[in-house]
Amino acid sequence: MTLPAIDSQRVLWSESLPAGGHDSFRMRRGNRLRLTDLEGGANLAALFVNYDEKTERYNMADTLKAQHTFHLTTGFVCYSDMGRVLCSITADTLGWHDTVCGMSDAALVRVKYGAASYQSHHNAMYRNSRDSLLIELEKWGLGKRDLVANVNFFSKVVAEEDGKLNFQSGHSPAGSQVELRFEMDTLVLLSACPHPLDPNPQYSAKPLLLEAYRGDPPTADDVCRNFRPENSRGFINTERYYL
Amino acid sequence: MTIVESALDPRHAIYDYTLPAGEPWLYPIKQGQTFRILDLEGNQAVDTLFYSAADHEERYSATDTIRRQGNLYLSAGSKLMSGEGNVLLTIVADTCGRHDTLGGACAAESNSVRYALDKKHMHSCRDSFLLAIGHADCGLAKRDIASNINFFMNVPVTEDGELTFADGISAPGKYVEMRAEMDVIALISNCPQLNNPCNAYNPTPVRLLIWD
Repeated sequence: MTLPAIDSQRVLWSESLPAGGHDSFRMRRGNRLRLTDLEGGANLAALFVNYDEKTERYNMADTLKAQHTFHLTTGFVCYSDMGRVLCSITADTLGWHDTVCGMSDAALVRVKYGAASYQSHHNAMYRNSRDSLLIELEKWGLGKRDLVANVNFFSKVVAEEDGKLNFQSGHSPAGSQVELRFEMDTLVLLSACPHPLDPNPQYSAKPLLLEAYRGDPPTADDVCRNFRPENSRGFINTERYYL
Repeated sequence: MTIVESALDPRHAIYDYTLPAGEPWLYPIKQGQTFRILDLEGNQAVDTLFYSAADHEERYSATDTIRRQGNLYLSAGSKLMSGEGNVLLTIVADTCGRHDTLGGACAAESNSVRYALDKKHMHSCRDSFLLAIGHADCGLAKRDIASNINFFMNVPVTEDGELTFADGISAPGKYVEMRAEMDVIALISNCPQLNNPCNAYNPTPVRLLIWD
């Protein structure tokens, strides 16, 4: 399953994010970002920050509890800690994205996959999401204090009744897509390193395609706004902020 | 659920304080000390954050704690991890059985989303956190408030990916006890939430004890 092609007149930019790569950029309110897992098996760790007031940021707990969910897919929105919607998930071919398991770090990658430094592997070195996102945060005057619970797009982890977590290998086939509509001017920070619970003994980071485009503004019957009464209030809070 | 009782006697505690509902508590706990939170009247959520006393940028990380133990819930044996991959504290006794670290703290703004726009003016855990760090002048700020632990709170997750705030599994006299593995600062809000069952709609005091 793939999403309909984007009208070329509306495309703002299109870039690939190489396997293990990291990036950060501003998305303006109203614009869309389509993420595509090019080869299958990708994981994309993501943080979202209010571009104008960088102490306002994605809040995993508020996102989960406001929408009574443990996973993210079409209709769900990403809440900030200030009761506003940073971005909405307007389309998704997968049905499940993780936001609970956090990110890999240098120690995890070294223990799980062994050493692959820049000196020995150049740009095929094994990167980790914590260091990658720290690099991107520092570019914008942010740092460790701003490393919070992230979204892991394209990854699925389910919980058993006693809380035990199971990573679902093979969840994301090649061509899987998810689309975000930004409801606030947002700093987006991304890292394409493997999910921290991926049991694959090989370091198998995968490339993604990022496409930013100009979409239509949300309509009164918008799927995300009407998904739950909580989301309607989240959109009101967001609109008031920009009045 | 694993129940582990403690042999420690409250009469020998070096610190013993009853924290009313709706109040914050910011306090240092030294490496090797044991810290107990006692749910005096039952079903009282205790929103808790920990920071390394030596470096406040090193703090409790819910996601690192979850992914390292491969389990969502905290109970006896859980190691409370920092983002730097160090153990801040270890839960050594627990008579409740499990504790939440997904639900986060209530805040004025999230209350406006979850319940009604005019619920923004009810007291919240984040207001307590901000009041405590605002008065303490210890270098902590809003940026340092990340996902917390909710001791005694019951947030079941289903296999099909739903999450709810359910009636509590705690009861009067249940406690959780942890050993500090480094010098830490504890920041607690004894939760004032009245809109969901996390405090059984009746926020109550908790007792905080420390042993050397």
